[in-house]
Amino acid sequence: MSIARQALCVSRNPLSSYLPPRVSRQPIYLIQRRQNSHAVKDGRPFRMAVLGSGPAGFYTAYKVMSSIENAVVDMYEYLPVPYGLVRFGVAPDHPEVKNCQDKFEEVASSPRFNFIGNINVGKGLPLTSLREHYNAILFAYGATKDRKLGVPGEDSLKGIYSARHFVGWYNGLPEHAALAPDLGSGEEAVIIGQGNVALDIARTLLTDVDVLRKTDMTDYALATLSKSRVKRVRVVGRRGPMQAAFTIKEVRELLNLPSVSFRHIDPFLFPSNIAKLPRTPKRLTQLLLKGSSTPAVSAQKSWSLDFLLLPKQFHSSSADSNDLSAMTFSKNSLVGPDAFDSSARVEPADGEATFPTSLAFRSIGYKSEPIDGMKDLGIDFDERRGIIPNDGYGRITSLSSDGTGIPGMYCSGWVKRGPAGVIANTMEDAFSTAEAIAKDWESEQPFMAGGQGWDALRSEADQRGLRSVDWADWKKIDAAEMERGKGKGKPREKFASIHDMLGVLD
Amino acid sequence: MYIARQIPRALELCRQVVQPTIFPTFSSKNPPLARSYGCETSSWPPRAGQRRTLRDAEEHRSYSRARRRFCTSPVAMHGHLDPPKPGEELRVTFIDKEGEEHKFEVAKGDNLLDIAQSEDLEMEGACGGSCACSTCHVIVENEEMYDKMDEPDDDENDMLDLAFGLTETSRLGCQVKMNEELDGLRVKLPSMTRNLQASDFSGAKKS
Repeated sequence: MSIARQALCVSRNPLSSYLPPRVSRQPIYLIQRRQNSHAVKDGRPFRMAVLGSGPAGFYTAYKVMSSIENAVVDMYEYLPVPYGLVRFGVAPDHPEVKNCQDKFEEVASSPRFNFIGNINVGKGLPLTSLREHYNAILFAYGATKDRKLGVPGEDSLKGIYSARHFVGWYNGLPEHAALAPDLGSGEEAVIIGQGNVALDIARTLLTDVDVLRKTDMTDYALATLSKSRVKRVRVVGRRGPMQAAFTIKEVRELLNLPSVSFRHIDPFLFPSNIAKLPRTPKRLTQLLLKGSSTPAVSAQKSWSLDFLLLPKQFHSSSADSNDLSAMTFSKNSLVGPDAFDSSARVEPADGEATFPTSLAFRSIGYKSEPIDGMKDLGIDFDERRGIIPNDGYGRITSLSSDGTGIPGMYCSGWVKRGPAGVIANTMEDAFSTAEAIAKDWESEQPFMAGGQGWDALRSEADQRGLRSVDWADWKKIDAAEMERGKGKGKPREKFASIHDMLGVLD
Repeated sequence: MYIARQIPRALELCRQVVQPTIFPTFSSKNPPLARSYGCETSSWPPRAGQRRTLRDAEEHRSYSRARRRFCTSPVAMHGHLDPPKPGEELRVTFIDKEGEEHKFEVAKGDNLLDIAQSEDLEMEGACGGSCACSTCHVIVENEEMYDKMDEPDDDENDMLDLAFGLTETSRLGCQVKMNEELDGLRVKLPSMTRNLQASDFSGAKKS
């Protein structure tokens, strides 16, 4: 049986938890015998450690707990607060996207689930310590770094920000809360990259700050944005509109912003016969060509999408050699049999373009990195692709040898398939990993020996002076944040430092 | 017939033992399969090949509502649907990814996501039915029935554009409300996990 077929053989309806979830349709006696077999360790539960509490971790935990009836999940998170990029990545003005937290909360309410926050596996608690105490470890810690442009001036000039840092800053991510971006030095902003993060930043810069005051954006970010002088935002990509990574919803939101105009895109960047395009690119093309209904003359702010431009150099100001004054791009042209295909590539063309700006954001993608101690568990990290090597279903495989699996080691989310896609993609991806785990457990594939999980590790964490935060603790932090937001008409006012988060518990 | 007789008994047992959580706790001392539920002979939902009747579905439905009330988390709110008034029942059939049919009688105004979730069908609704994701994607089986629905708006179409396995008659379940015209509606649930092929993972990543 192929792997693809196998992966589909797990629980038909994992939501029907009022009856014991079945991993397979085996006759009952087979299941009973299995419970006495070696693989199930004489009725001991299936213990899984999950590293990371974002959508990848929670959706995988959910499906594993629904598919394996005695699965116990310990979810480790380096911050005292859960939800990963749902809390720190999703734009504050997209509260509906955060509704998936309801599902995560439902998962966390299970007695078979433990949240272990404020424990940094790898830095605080050695990864190798986990090995003795679990049957499986799921790596779902996402992409913790971002990619750099590698052009002159990027590291030395003021006014150039990583999109990841900026998003973390306005969302209250402790490590970037002190970013203090300077939005007051000029009216121009250039965003390099054309994914949804780039459009989130454009929208944040262009939206009336009074609209954002009703969101959970941090107060200090609102204060900075209210003093922003930015009026024109360029979102620059090295390929064309048919290759851009943004999705139509985010484009439509920007086009519908009141008092914000949009510079028309040159029609030659689109195929001549739009009617023949598949539905998704067709709708996007029609929207981009239609543009904004706000005419430039009556607009207070404007934005544009600039295509086929490769970052070449940041220029310093003549007044202060530390300040950014402009950015130069070299021109690209599309090549290939179909220049309008989403996978079309570019090659350098003649010419350059220089945009004066004192503010630039680098938004060309996130990047995962390995956790300290992974090597000791026999896990490689694919530096080139920025992922943990795996078989496509989340079974971690070796890079060096013939790609054999490493027993009990799984991954899901961005660290499995790369930093792209919306929460729905991560959910699909997490479910496929969970199905692989359930299938492997069911078919008695080798796992780690298992143990007592967090109950056994807690004393080691104590000895190392680590302070763990459980779900009840998080609920106190959660309640305190919502209370802080009440007076301001915000859903919550986040604590932007670990110290303040823990302060609620003292 | 044995199975039919066992269903009410099994449901009653389930009501007695249900825990205030969606995840029942099992342990070696409390083996779930053999003892409490008696589901070996009367498993519900029925296994593939067994058709369940509307009456069965209604029993199950009233049960699933009872169960939901034990839930304390907000998401469980999706499970609260008022039963249709006698004589005003609308029929809807969900065909899951294994091809199994699930028929329900529902009230006017119920949307397909709420119905599926209250019936514990495999439909996620990650954004809570606010038309901000594509996880409640359904495919309307019959084109004529699709045409009877109000046109999807831009927001819904924007999300459908991201749905895996999009078809000409795709809709978001959260946006389709039942009405008399849609009585007898049949929708298919697409697979939620992509059936990966080796070629999807050859390392040929787009740059």
